[in-house]
Formats: sequence, C-alpha cells, structure tokens
Amino acid sequence: MSDSSDNIVEIRDVDYSIGSRQIFKGLNIEIPRGKITAIMGPSGTGKTTLLKLITRQAIPDRGEVIVDGRNIAELSQRELYELRKRMGMLFQNGALLTDYNVFENVALPLREHTDLPPRLIRHIVLTKLHAVGLRGAADMMPRELSGGMERRVALARAMVMDPEILIYDEPFVGLDPISMGVIVRLVRKMNDALGISSIIVSHDVQEISTVADCTYLISHGRVVGSGSPDELHNTSSEVVRQFMHGMADGPVAFHYAAPDYAEQLLGRDAE
Amino acid sequence: MLRELYVIFVSFLRTLGALQLFFLRVLQNSPGVFVKRFGLVAHQVHNAGALSLVIIMVCGLFVGGVLGLQGYSNLARFNAEDSVGTFAAFSLLKELGPVITALLFAGRAGTALSSEIGLMKATDQLAAMEMMAISPMRRVIVPRFLGGVISMPMLTAVFNVVGLFGAHVVAVNLMGVDAGAFWQQVHSGLDMSDVYEGIIKSVVFGVIASLLAVWEGYNSIPTAEGVGRASTRTVVETAIAVLIFDFMITAVVI
Repeated sequence: MSDSSDNIVEIRDVDYSIGSRQIFKGLNIEIPRGKITAIMGPSGTGKTTLLKLITRQAIPDRGEVIVDGRNIAELSQRELYELRKRMGMLFQNGALLTDYNVFENVALPLREHTDLPPRLIRHIVLTKLHAVGLRGAADMMPRELSGGMERRVALARAMVMDPEILIYDEPFVGLDPISMGVIVRLVRKMNDALGISSIIVSHDVQEISTVADCTYLISHGRVVGSGSPDELHNTSSEVVRQFMHGMADGPVAFHYAAPDYAEQLLGRDAE
Repeated sequence: MLRELYVIFVSFLRTLGALQLFFLRVLQNSPGVFVKRFGLVAHQVHNAGALSLVIIMVCGLFVGGVLGLQGYSNLARFNAEDSVGTFAAFSLLKELGPVITALLFAGRAGTALSSEIGLMKATDQLAAMEMMAISPMRRVIVPRFLGGVISMPMLTAVFNVVGLFGAHVVAVNLMGVDAGAFWQQVHSGLDMSDVYEGIIKSVVFGVIASLLAVWEGYNSIPTAEGVGRASTRTVVETAIAVLIFDFMITAVVI
C-alpha cells in the first residue's frame, strides 16, 4: 500500500496547540517520496513543531499525520520504533550524547539495532564521519566540538542506519561557508544516490533555493505558499514575496503582538 | 481559599498518580534491563554507589563517634557503660544507618541523577534517543534507578560498619570501655530481626530515593532554572518520603 503512494508524508487537516497558543489550524502538507522538501517560515511559526508531529514526538489535536501510508497516531510503540529506525533526524543543536565520544555517538544506532561485527561497525562509522569531514575527530568528546562540527557529527549519526527519510532541523545554521557548501552537496547527493526522502526545516532562503525540489512556506499556522523555489520567488503572493525577499514591511509583522509602543512607554505600566 | 486548597490537593493527587504509573513502567522494564544491559547498570552502581563511598564513610565514622560519646556519657550514669555497644549497634542498624545513608544518597547521588537526566532532556538527548528508536526509559532511566536501588543497601552496610568502628574507637579507645564487653554487647543485644529491619528499610529507601531522582529529572522543565529546581526537589521530597516511610515501617515491624 505504501509503495503505491507518491507521498512519503501527508499531513491532513491538522490542528495543534501548545497550551492556549494555537500553532497549526487546518494544516495540509504533502511531502513527495524521493525528493527534497523544504519547510520554510518566519521564526515561531512552528516549523520544529511540525517535525515533532511528523515523527510523533507530538500528537495533533485533530487531523492525521500519514507517514509511509500509515497514520502514525495509531502505531504501537514497537511499530513506531520500527518506523523510526527508517528515519534519521538531525536536531537543531545536534543533540549528541555528551558522555560518549564522536565515534560512539555515531555507532550507537548500529550497536543498538544490528548484530554487525565491531570491524564492520567501525568501517561504517568511519565512512559516515569521512563524508562529513570529521573522520579525524572520531575520538573527540562532544564538549570539544564547535557548534558546526557537532551538527556535522549529528548528521553522520542521522544517516548511519541508511534511513529512507532524513529530517533536518535548521541544518545550515552555524556552518561556515565551506562546510555549508559540502553539507548542501551531501544532502543533494544522498537524496539522488540513495533515493532518500528529505525534509528540511530552514529559513535560509538562499541555500534552500539551491537544494530543495519543492518548498512549503508556513505562516500563522497554515501553508501560505508552495511550489518549487523558483515558483515561490516569482509568486504574486505578498506574504511569500516578503519572506523570500526578506522585506521588513508586509503582511507578516516583525514585531510580536504588543500594546501600543508610545502608550506602553508613557503609560502607567512604566512607573 | 478553599478552592485553592482543592486545586493544590487535586494536582498533588494527579502527580502521585503519574508517579505511580512511572514507577510501574520502571518496574516493568527493570528485569529486561538488568539482564540485557547489565553493563549500564553496573556503570550506574559505580556512579551512584562507589562514588558516594567517601561521604558515607566519613559521615558514618562521626555518627558512630557521636553515638559512642552520647551512649557512654548517658549509660555511665546507671553504671551501664558496657552497654554502649548495644546502644550504638541498635541505633545504627535499625534507624540511623538506613535513614542517614538515604539522606546522604539523595544529596550526593540523587541530585546528580536528576540534574543529569534534566540536562539530557534540555539538550534534546532524550528526544534524539527516541528518534533513533532507542528507549530512554530502558537506556537512561531504568539503569540509573537500578544502580541506586542496588547501591543503597551496600552503602547502608558500609555506613553501619564504619559507624560501629567509630563508636568502638570512642567508647573503647577513648573512654576505656572494655573491648570484649563492647563486642559482646553488640552481639547479644541484637538479633537477626533487627538486621532484617535495617535491610528492608535500606531497600525501600533505595527505591524511594532513586525513583524520585529519576522522576524529577525526567519531568524537569528543560531550562537551567527547571533543572536546578528538579535537583532541589529531589532532595526535599526524598527527605520527607524517607522519614515518613521510616515511621511506617518501624510501626509495622514493632
């Protein structure tokens, strides 16, 4: 059933709130199989929350999240873990385990889920570390790494099980231009060579434009624009144009909702 | 006022219920973790137990010394100073050993456990494990819980032995009680039921202290303040729970 569908992830009419704050209302997104899909949007629109919904770290209040043909809210813990073994996720801050060194961090999923001999594990881990340029850092501890290096190790860990779905949460933040170029090419290459479906959350318009096949722009809890990066660049929608071209004025307010500026400065609250 | 009290009471009951469910999950996973991941458990016995040895031994020595002094000076009034051995052994094995060990454990190992788990949560390490299909319950929580539960009776035994030694040093070497009389009194004053009472208490306190430490860490708010608060709560809650359970167990056993 899952093979017949062209979409690896489908989000259908999803509502989600954290406390009293509504994050999504009637959200619909389709993420095609074997492509690189970017989810973009201003800060605080719930992009990371969306990844949590796709991976069932959170469950929607209403609607369905379908991953590889199955509603993930209905999966048992065992089925969920089976699904997650086929997913790799790169966290915003790397999320390496701080009491293991780089090598052990990358080797962890293999040690947990496979019976591979130590030599083969070593081989695979070094290959993945080489791909992100950190084979020489295998013995270092996470606290000795810079933020960018930590993210690259986390990327090696995310792909060590050769997942079918790779999810990146802000993969380009904190990378120097050289690492950025390499990582962007790596994302593209993995996608093309291994047929991985990639989901990238980012607000880095320029990098996303070079790497993504299709893009969703989210604002105020719903999709405001979708299509290829070129289509989004040339759209007539004001919201999309404002975001894609980084304009201060437009329908998306730069300021978080607040009382009148002058009134607050001069008013009774100031005393 | 009444309404606020009601709300506090209901939220207390909710937390208690959640804690029980958490405890059941921990228990449910414990046998599997103990058998399949014994390496992780042994590592935690080292972390929680072996690394607490110094504080336990120093405190045990001085608590025993105080018992020797107090026992001698009070019993001497009735010309019963030879009984200081019974007095010290009785106090240590049945009450002070398990209770003080548990309180020290909460301060030394409990806070370390809860802040470690809290920080793992704050830095997304637990979420990353979940995403790698590795259960944080089985890999992080249960090994730490079992490490604490296994460590506590052993630490209590060490505390008691060192405490008795302290009492012996003070009573025999400083106050001049006869060594033979001291040990004879220890031997004759205690029977096995007293020893069992101490063991039961140390196991129960081990469960309480370890459970509260991992619970508070696991449920901490993932911020610097939240993690700090979690370790404080671990000590406070463990102290209260240990003293309440001490009274209840004593009441049942006596």
